[in-house]
Amino acid sequence: MIPQFLWDHAPAMAVAVPLLAAFVCPLVGKYTATGRKAWVLLAAAATSALALFTAWRVYTLGTWVYVFGATVPALSVPPDSGGIPIRIIFEVDAMSALMQVIVAIVGFSVILYSLSADGKRSGLEAYYTLFLLLIASIVGMVSTGDLFNFFVFFEISGLASAGLIAYRVEAGRAVEAGLKYFVVSTLGGIFMLFVIAILYGQYNALNIAMLAERMQFTVLDKIALVLIIGALATKAGAVPMHFWTPDAYALAPSSVTALLVVASQASLYGLFRFTFTLYHLSLNAATVGWVLILLGVFSMFVGVTMAIPQKDVKRLMAYHAISQTGYMLLGVGTGLAVLGNQGMLDAFGRMAIAGGIFHIINHALYKGLLFLTAGAIIYRVGTRDMNRMGGLGHKMKWTMIFFMIGALAIAGIPPFNGFASKLMIYESVYLFNPVLAIIAMVVSILTLASFVKVFHSIFMGPQLPEYEHVKEVPAPMLLGMGILALLVILFGLFPQQVVDLLITPAANALLDQSGYIASILGGA
Amino acid sequence: MFANLPYLAVATLTVIGLSTVLLKRNLVKVTMGLNILTSAVNLLIIVLGYREGGIAPIYTLAPQTYMVLPTPQALCLTSIVIGVATTALLLSFTMVIYRKYGTVNVDEIRELRE
Repeated sequence: MIPQFLWDHAPAMAVAVPLLAAFVCPLVGKYTATGRKAWVLLAAAATSALALFTAWRVYTLGTWVYVFGATVPALSVPPDSGGIPIRIIFEVDAMSALMQVIVAIVGFSVILYSLSADGKRSGLEAYYTLFLLLIASIVGMVSTGDLFNFFVFFEISGLASAGLIAYRVEAGRAVEAGLKYFVVSTLGGIFMLFVIAILYGQYNALNIAMLAERMQFTVLDKIALVLIIGALATKAGAVPMHFWTPDAYALAPSSVTALLVVASQASLYGLFRFTFTLYHLSLNAATVGWVLILLGVFSMFVGVTMAIPQKDVKRLMAYHAISQTGYMLLGVGTGLAVLGNQGMLDAFGRMAIAGGIFHIINHALYKGLLFLTAGAIIYRVGTRDMNRMGGLGHKMKWTMIFFMIGALAIAGIPPFNGFASKLMIYESVYLFNPVLAIIAMVVSILTLASFVKVFHSIFMGPQLPEYEHVKEVPAPMLLGMGILALLVILFGLFPQQVVDLLITPAANALLDQSGYIASILGGA
Repeated sequence: MFANLPYLAVATLTVIGLSTVLLKRNLVKVTMGLNILTSAVNLLIIVLGYREGGIAPIYTLAPQTYMVLPTPQALCLTSIVIGVATTALLLSFTMVIYRKYGTVNVDEIRELRE
């Protein structure tokens, strides 16, 4: 039923399809605007289908190794290469597959939303080219098994995001935000290239599995680790390197912001991939774990306290995004800190990692949803200032419901998905260090307080005379938000099934370094 | 001493580039700083793959098999291409900013500083 070439080449096509579609997009748009919409939607649907198919195969059949240019796509070490994987290799394990699911879902809903939200802007051919490029680069980042390849996709995602953030050039501030983001991102890229040079100079390899096998953890490797954590944590928007996040998230068009959240999480994925798979036990796990935990705690706390006084609705949500990233770092960092201790790892470490990973997917869903609702409000009202909004609940009922779902999910109220993952983080982190769990809970309460205020000032109160003409947003926008809202509820109602099906395999894949190496080098 | 000269060059370029990016307020200079940093990394990669007396890694009709490593050169080429794209985008941002505000000094244009 499924064609043979899909069985053979789906991971490569999940990158190739959006990449090619991106550059055909201006050509199609030159002749027909409707055709361009159809083309973009088709490309997004095809990419999502490919990513979901890849993920499904990985979850049922195990890690999928795809070798570019080999006679057989699974032949990672050619017989005449002397035991070295010489080609570019995609290695999609359960963790990568989970990220692909996120990209597939959020990417598709966001494109659907964007087709009507951004339909009247100028320069759309470039806009959608960058949009599809960003999707392609995220898929590439999460599936590649090659360090240099990761760097290339990292740079593509930086270029595409910067272009999209600065998309509204008529507002000088958007360009400033784009520039700020891009300087940071380029610096991160240069750091990463330094890391690649350091590792290649020592171990003569670029393949992550090969490097992981040869890793000695010398002084140079420590420097490399610091550089790479710096680069990726910055790109993920963790405090104290968060300064670009509020500007970029607030000034990009809302559909872009929702995708930027996913792009940040791809960087977070990179951070976890390098610490767990590349370094694993060779590093001093407790120290590095604590570094991640501290980054997480600072992000949580600073993010939420900065969010409370904001008046700009998207800026406020951006600070909350920083704060939520902290939860993921806290969960996975706790797992990393007890990596060397089998008893503690089994008691709560695995659960902490699973909670952190579960929070990644939940965050992508509800934060994407929240940014889209913010975009819907701005689309109708024309301002980002919450003090000038009010009484919108009378006219925009669906948007209000979606906002409520997103807000309750981010605050961790049952039965929404944020509750499920936060509970896992609280429980496991409490066993590790009660103080951290209490901080996490306090942050959650502050988040709820902040969103209650926002909800009240946007939707409640009497209808304002200047918003008489305001209507509900068009159907494609509602549909895009609806997909995400539905998943937020489903993930919240059936957390156990989701954890068993999607999250636990991903957490195990992250922990299983020898499995990752073995699927490339064989045996081991 | 002479063998380590390229590494000293890398270190010097890195310091110059990093301090330019972090200390200069002019956006054109920041872009230049990023370029210098990229060159430093490129040089590092090339130096790592260099062998004294090695020839270009082309196997057809090669007089000897003692060659410099080809992979670092491929990496470096990719990195140069990415660097060009980066520079182009940064400079076009700078251009838009100059048109909007009439200056490229970050201190004078920071609307976002809140």
